[in-house]
Amino acid sequence: MSDVTDANPAGSTGTRPVLRMEAVRKTFGGTVVLRDVDLEVAPHTVTALIGASGSGKSTLLRCANLLEEIDDGAILLDGEDITDPRVDPDAVRRRIGVVFQAYNLFPHMTVLDNITLAPRRVHGVARAEAEERARELLDRLGLGGKAGEYPDRLSGGQQQRVAIVRALAGRPRLLLLDEITAALDPELVGEVLGVVRDLKEDGMTMVLATHEMGFARDVADQVCFLDGGVVLERGTPAEVFGAPRQERTRKFLRRIVEAGRL
Amino acid sequence: MSSGEAAAAPEGAAPSLAKAAAEDAYTPSARRLERERFKRARARRATAVAACSTLITGAVLFVAVVNSPGWPRTRETFLSGHYAREALPKVLDGLWLNLRLLAVCGAAVLVLGLLIAVARTLRGPVFFPLRALATAYTDFFRGLPLVICLLMVVFGVPALRLQGVTTDPVLLGGTALVLTYSAYVAEVFRAGIESVHPSQRAAARSLGLSARQTLRHVILPQAVRRVVPPLLNDLVSLQKDTGLVSIAGAVDAVYAAQILASKSFNYTPYVVAGLIFVALTIPMTRFTDWVTARTDRRRAQGGIV
Repeated sequence: MSDVTDANPAGSTGTRPVLRMEAVRKTFGGTVVLRDVDLEVAPHTVTALIGASGSGKSTLLRCANLLEEIDDGAILLDGEDITDPRVDPDAVRRRIGVVFQAYNLFPHMTVLDNITLAPRRVHGVARAEAEERARELLDRLGLGGKAGEYPDRLSGGQQQRVAIVRALAGRPRLLLLDEITAALDPELVGEVLGVVRDLKEDGMTMVLATHEMGFARDVADQVCFLDGGVVLERGTPAEVFGAPRQERTRKFLRRIVEAGRL
Repeated sequence: MSSGEAAAAPEGAAPSLAKAAAEDAYTPSARRLERERFKRARARRATAVAACSTLITGAVLFVAVVNSPGWPRTRETFLSGHYAREALPKVLDGLWLNLRLLAVCGAAVLVLGLLIAVARTLRGPVFFPLRALATAYTDFFRGLPLVICLLMVVFGVPALRLQGVTTDPVLLGGTALVLTYSAYVAEVFRAGIESVHPSQRAAARSLGLSARQTLRHVILPQAVRRVVPPLLNDLVSLQKDTGLVSIAGAVDAVYAAQILASKSFNYTPYVVAGLIFVALTIPMTRFTDWVTARTDRRRAQGGIV
């Protein structure tokens, strides 16, 4: 999977973060969902967002992709403030890949059309070229025979891998993964997480919201524990899982251990 | 790469019973055979009861109608074989107009309805007048009785004596049909557009597709598929309502029947025209049922939305 991340723009030298959030605030109605959130994601690293349901993980990812508008603060992609209202959000989204919990494949299109839609319509790639790349990616993710199938003929794990291919087809700078194994049967989780591991090997920059603590511990370079819309604790997996400083983090991790998820 | 093929959906999950029997040397048990005998007997009984009840109901209705005091007179006025034979060719001639109206108006209604539905779903301040216009249009023409709409267009437009505007009753009648039906069909399309789950829009936008591309490639194809059954229903309705252009004086099947009826004071031509309309709509209705059943089956198999 060597050419998955070959779209890095010229300006991505050094350690300038791919994604940077500065004092981001987001409310829905009267509810504060994100409060003063700061985040830095270095190139070729994986950041895992952990925390209970409703802690703001998914909202954070949706804000980063401009699917939600933030109330205050700024989000920078490769140093450019993408929350500036003068920025074209479609152009920003082209540089970011998103994989959703419920796959969100287009049910009326074949696997191949799902994958080539954005390259052809948004990036202006010719059909033959787009299909060739799609088939390459499908082969690599073990879905070589599925190009002509419709999504509802595939298992959940296969659908989610197709969704990952679809997100990669636009050669994104950053991949956002929103609890991508939460809707899967337990025996299908491994095949999807394996893909994420391979992407990390290739140097893909990723931010993932997850309930798979074991996976977060293995694969992440940075773990952020969100609680009530605040990044309560952050550090390497060893720090956050091994020696949590905050009482709330310890409580959360204890519950996870009790549930047999770590 | 992680192995996912073990988790592949079971393919060809339903081998035929005969094949399964051959594979594991299965012989049906006495219990199963007894149950199947009972089910067959029960099915035969049910068929017999249905046949008897249908026959009795039909006989009662027939006797009641035939023995009514005005039956001989009614039969002569509405069901005269002589007048039916005389009317049939003229009514069929007129029917050609109804069919042409259906084809042209049906196509126009689908296009206009879709445009209005899309206009109503446009976001953004630029589109406010368009949105408001589309909303006002559907509100007005859905409420206006078709007959009144027809009278207004067919007699009102020529009364304006505008240069270059047609006074042809067929064109004006067709226009009135399109005006009314577009409002209905627009609402059907809009319901379809709104039934597509928001996550589909989110997925499309996250890929960088613009709002227009999302509508064109992701939302509309799914919306249109879902509303095919109700759309066909509206087309069945349009098919019979083409008969209303007769009030404008266009010689369609209904007006042909009316001419004959007023000459002879016999209403049989109306019955002939009515039966022909029924005969035309039945295939369309069955087709609608078939499409609906197929859609339901597809959905039952599970899509992701």
